[in-house]
Amino acid sequence: MGASSPWKAQHIAGAPNDTAPARTDAADATVLDVEGLVTLLEVLARRGYRVLGPRVRDGAIVHGELSSVADLPRGWHDAQSPGSYRIEHTDDEAFFAWAVGPSSPKREVFPARSVAWRGRVSEGEVAFEDGDAASEQRPTALVGARPCEAAALGVLDRVLGDRGAGDPHFLKRREGAFLVVVECATPSGTCFCDSMGTGPAAGNGFDLALTELAGDGGGHRFLARAGSEIGAEVLSCLPGRPADEADRAARTALLERARTSMGRVLDTAGLPALLARNVEHPRFDEVAERCLACGNCTLVCPTCFCSTVEDASDVAGVLERRRSWSSCFDLAHSYLHGGPVRASTMSRYRQWMTHKLSTWWDQFETSGCVGCGRCITWCPVGIDITEEAAAIRRSDGARRGRRGGR
Amino acid sequence: MSAASDRRPTLAVWKFASCDGCQLSLLDCEEELLAVAGAVHIAQFTEMSRAAVEGPYDLSLVEGSITTYEDAARIQEVRRASHRLVTIGACATAGGIQGLRNFASAGEYIATVYARPDYISTLATSTPIAAHVPVDFELHGCPIDRHQLLEVILAQLAGRSPRIPSHSVCQECKARDTVCLLVSRRAPCLGPVTRAGCGALCPAVDRGCFGCFGPAETANTASLAGRLLEDGARRVDVSRLFRTFNAGAPAFREESLANEPRPTR
Ligand code: SF4
Ligand code: SF4
Ligand code: SF4
Ligand code: SF4
Repeated sequence: MGASSPWKAQHIAGAPNDTAPARTDAADATVLDVEGLVTLLEVLARRGYRVLGPRVRDGAIVHGELSSVADLPRGWHDAQSPGSYRIEHTDDEAFFAWAVGPSSPKREVFPARSVAWRGRVSEGEVAFEDGDAASEQRPTALVGARPCEAAALGVLDRVLGDRGAGDPHFLKRREGAFLVVVECATPSGTCFCDSMGTGPAAGNGFDLALTELAGDGGGHRFLARAGSEIGAEVLSCLPGRPADEADRAARTALLERARTSMGRVLDTAGLPALLARNVEHPRFDEVAERCLACGNCTLVCPTCFCSTVEDASDVAGVLERRRSWSSCFDLAHSYLHGGPVRASTMSRYRQWMTHKLSTWWDQFETSGCVGCGRCITWCPVGIDITEEAAAIRRSDGARRGRRGGR
Repeated sequence: MSAASDRRPTLAVWKFASCDGCQLSLLDCEEELLAVAGAVHIAQFTEMSRAAVEGPYDLSLVEGSITTYEDAARIQEVRRASHRLVTIGACATAGGIQGLRNFASAGEYIATVYARPDYISTLATSTPIAAHVPVDFELHGCPIDRHQLLEVILAQLAGRSPRIPSHSVCQECKARDTVCLLVSRRAPCLGPVTRAGCGALCPAVDRGCFGCFGPAETANTASLAGRLLEDGARRVDVSRLFRTFNAGAPAFREESLANEPRPTR
């Protein structure tokens, strides 16, 4: 792929403050029917992609290999609230009438565990070899990602990618990838992408964007837009017709309904500064009473990028540098000589929340949160970052006592 | 090679009140064990051979808890004979499942179970090794993970700290992309307060974490218990959930006691 990669060519990030103009209108969209979706999966497979998309597994909608549209979660819906996730099946025909699952596309570009390099020791010499990313020959096509997830990949570009650390493993996985975003019709009880400006409409950061329309009298169909050269190339292989006024009106109505059914709202006005001046707020002690310091929120977050490395060797002289996800809820995360800097759960929760919503701006000129709601749903005790931010805003300037420690 | 001319560090494995499962993890290491056997002189290991040598030992691995007067005295000798002492498994680090006696009266148990209680000589409690002697490192798990055991042995021999995580099981669960049972099905799971090490085995086979590796570094058991009660667990269920192999670990013990049903009047 290389030169024709959509990511390098256009520097698309999709982050809320991105300089690339977001195109959310559907002026030149193509209308595909269900056969068009079938063809899309076939075209992607023919072009050599490993096609991933939403599937039902173990009571959730997660990414898995798709062999045909029959694998898609047709008729499945999700119900999410703090600390709770359920799916249920109805007989409706929609493929994408759910919000987001537990796993984000982060896993595809930044695996939970991977080998950064290998080495072999023989006769006192070490021969180095590439790690896992180099041996992954087939690029990934992810079908059914959400606008907030495209935005999250844009945030990761600024952290690990070509606008950040330039991590070669991340770049390899990211540059080859093809992203089919499906706009959101049914946000969950923990979604707040509307507050973060990352959804429910797809702005940029995709190769193809689809809007699934059904039940408006126009038949079950998809409005399709290309967001990259390669996306346009794929779209030109699909059977479709130009969108008309009725199609566009149906999409506008769908997005409006989605906007008004967000389960959560986050007031972002002056939020980075609000948190920066409230690091001693008593709310952090209160949330620490409930917080398990389990780290689930950081691992499900589509933008959290912390990792740790460990060198290993075996009896046969094979060396490995292993990299795995890590979390600021671990004591080891802030361990300097003599002990951890963030010993209390209070200071660890504060690190997480202020990094996502405040200091991320200083570091990467964007929000670290795209409003996907995962940290709220998958927190075992339902701690809600939007509620914590609102509580601090309500009592801006309050100061914690001396309890709680560092 | 005679013991006297052997310059390799000496390793001893000791057993107290336990099931032997943790020691057997060392035998389970197969290939890696051969490398260990090459790097160290295994001087005392009843599971592998009966040839014992006198101390001192460079590294002692201690399995099991202290439940008898004899063992309380023997662990002092083992400590004196060991340069470094590492405890392995829930028995040695928390008192083990036999630590359930600490919640009741050992005397009453003995009177109920044995025909001749006067033949039985035992302590009233089952206690971890660290309650008796200083311990250089505690390796948790019921049973311990063999790769972690190798890491601890190699680290002790190299004089570095072992890389053993003390964060939650949840992080291993997320790494393997298991759908959280607690959130998606309200299944009781101790993962958020339990130390990693097993690779989140039970949630991957559809069963909430039992807490085999004991409390994680920052175990907010009260908050998790609150969630389980909200989900419909009875206090007695919560009390029992925290009272298994690691019932003697302070965080689990306190939570178990806090949820013990009180007799109603
Ligand atoms: S902080 Fe929470 S809501 Fe925001 S992107 Fe991360 S997981 Fe999603
Ligand atoms: S919030 Fe924590 S885990 Fe996430 S990127 Fe920041 S420091 Fe890392
Ligand atoms: S906020 Fe929730 S998910 Fe995050 S560490 Fe605390 S308890 Fe775990
Ligand atoms: S299933 Fe248990 S161990 Fe896994 S994430 Fe959920 S609470 Fe944690």
